[in-house]
Amino acid sequence: MNILKQLEEEAIYIIREVVAQFDKPALLFSGGKDSIVLLHLCHKAFLPARIPFPLVHIDTGHNFPETISLRDKLIDQYQVKLHVGLVQDSIDQGKVVEEKGKYASRNSLQTTTLLETISELKLDACMGGARRDEEKARAKERIFSVRDDFGQWNEKLQRPELFDHLNGTIQPGEHIRAFPISNWTELDVWEYIRQENLEIPSIYYAHERPVFKRDGQLMPVTEFQQIDPSEIEIQSVRFRTVGDMSCTAAVLSEAEELDIIIEEIRDSSYSERGARMDDKRSEGAMEERKKIGYF
Amino acid sequence: MNLLRIATAGSVDDGKSTLIGRLLYETGSLKDDQIEHIQEKSTSKGLDHLDFSLATDGLLAEREQGITIDVSHLYFKTKKRRFIIADSPGHIEYTRNMVTGTSNSDVTLLLLDARKGVIEQTKRHFYITQLLGIKKLIFAVNKMDLVEFDQNIFDQIKKQIKVLIEEQNTKDLQVYFIPLSALKGDNLLEKSESMKWYSGGTLFDVIENISLEEPPYKENVLQVQTVIRPKLDEYHDYRGFAGKIKSGSFSLGDTVEVFPSGTKTKIKSIERYGEAKLKVIQGENATLLLEDEVNVSRGDSLFTSSESLIATKTIKAKICWMQENALSIGSKYLLQFGTNKSLSKVTDVSERINVTGNGSEKATSLGLNDIGIASFQLANTIQSIPYQKNKSLGSFIIIDINTNNTAGIGFIE
Repeated sequence: MNILKQLEEEAIYIIREVVAQFDKPALLFSGGKDSIVLLHLCHKAFLPARIPFPLVHIDTGHNFPETISLRDKLIDQYQVKLHVGLVQDSIDQGKVVEEKGKYASRNSLQTTTLLETISELKLDACMGGARRDEEKARAKERIFSVRDDFGQWNEKLQRPELFDHLNGTIQPGEHIRAFPISNWTELDVWEYIRQENLEIPSIYYAHERPVFKRDGQLMPVTEFQQIDPSEIEIQSVRFRTVGDMSCTAAVLSEAEELDIIIEEIRDSSYSERGARMDDKRSEGAMEERKKIGYF
Repeated sequence: MNLLRIATAGSVDDGKSTLIGRLLYETGSLKDDQIEHIQEKSTSKGLDHLDFSLATDGLLAEREQGITIDVSHLYFKTKKRRFIIADSPGHIEYTRNMVTGTSNSDVTLLLLDARKGVIEQTKRHFYITQLLGIKKLIFAVNKMDLVEFDQNIFDQIKKQIKVLIEEQNTKDLQVYFIPLSALKGDNLLEKSESMKWYSGGTLFDVIENISLEEPPYKENVLQVQTVIRPKLDEYHDYRGFAGKIKSGSFSLGDTVEVFPSGTKTKIKSIERYGEAKLKVIQGENATLLLEDEVNVSRGDSLFTSSESLIATKTIKAKICWMQENALSIGSKYLLQFGTNKSLSKVTDVSERINVTGNGSEKATSLGLNDIGIASFQLANTIQSIPYQKNKSLGSFIIIDINTNNTAGIGFIE
């Protein structure tokens, strides 16, 4: 069995376990390439039936518009329901406070909105497209990751996960996060996109856009930040990950085709999340966020 | 290109994380920003070299204490092969995490400290690999630089390990012994200049060339995960039994039996993700459609009859216990065999195995990290087959019904 097929089999087995073991599962959908791959795997897992659970999008309000328009197109294509949890609502209700300063981002505010959406929809399992090769704390997480009443990950007391016996037994109030593509690498995701001919947001391909430099990274100019016009330059760039606009850096690139992007990633001397300012905040930035309920 | 899954084992401080970090570095799997980060951290710790363990110890507590607590999954490749390394903790307290890492691996890389040789944890981890049926083992004698690359020391350790293997009396083991220095890079990628007496392959030679073919098992079993029933007009009568081919294979037209009902029918069609197929094999997911309307639900199996699959409500198994609350006679647990679950009661604990010495002792309970033999009475009938005969069907997890935690793993005898 080739590697992509092995990974596909593993992911679909996990997706089916989630659906079979839980009453109210959902797919956490960000609109990025990983969640698009996961959505496609969910579709394949239940053919010829439709996907038997909804998508949940935690919307920071700072999305790339290209991501949102593709999201809506995919919902029609796969005929699946979508719930949107708005970070703006959590801000308006005073549950979270908008960060200030030049590093302000809504990334960490998402956690509150996510946990509220989970409890509102009474979800007991949330699937996500996180991969272990992305980040060192993610490299430690199980396929079925139990979260307590507060959505917290207890990194020191994870359930042993043996062979393919996935233990999804939980107490009321708890939920699990399930990661079907845990063992995929960034390149596997790209190669799968090519193999299955999947549409991804256009911002993954090279395009010209106004950017400014921040700590050696090229950040997109958005309406949400105040940037000195003298700092702004027009560059041909693409994005390697798609998160909140305020914390996702672009890379210089002329790659307008999938084959060339794959070559660029293969040769890149920088890691994928090297372009995520949210991970650069501290040594254990991802772990700290996961402990309080982040993806 | 194929994928090799390697788990590490060995005691704390044997240098596992350093070795793995170094492998990542030497294969170019660490990116510039990650190397810069390690450089920065190493300098701030006052080191004059790169502390490669920082590449794998991902938790704050691990970095703080300088130990590995839980399995870290790392990905790298060479021109010949792709690898997933489950870097597992060496500390006895975290044995359950070591078992987790090893359970999903093809090969175990067991590290030893050249200055210490075979110690208790070597024996324990070797025993666990054999419990899990790992047939390919690499014994890497690390820190050879600290014993002046002395051949005698390596030969002594090799001899000790051979005794260990003989004691276990396990057959068809494929074993490699490599003297190395993870810190200095000797015998990782390049042959060591300081150990010209060693004629075997480097660690890279070994992991790139170790054979992966495993013959499929004889028993043909699909365990049903979910029944696909599209609520769409054109699929009104569609009932697809979806699951993984745990063992063997199925072809169109095969006569299959349903477990536990015993009903027999034929395979009308085989689908994979909506596409019709003639045959599906071990490891593949499939959706089977049957000729007759039979009652099949999640946890049931579709199989072709075999003498090795025994329908039973009692099982005896080797247990590796993974929680503080002991397993004791009379306790009730939920047993999970893949997608099938059954309540159970412990009817007997017959012995606790002394994994670091010889033989076993009488016991009535098993505590955290104990390995022993227990018998269960099940509420439902299951299909039983010894683990050593079929690794894909012969194991189960034990779930604590009060906490829902995975309390242990069992290997059917």
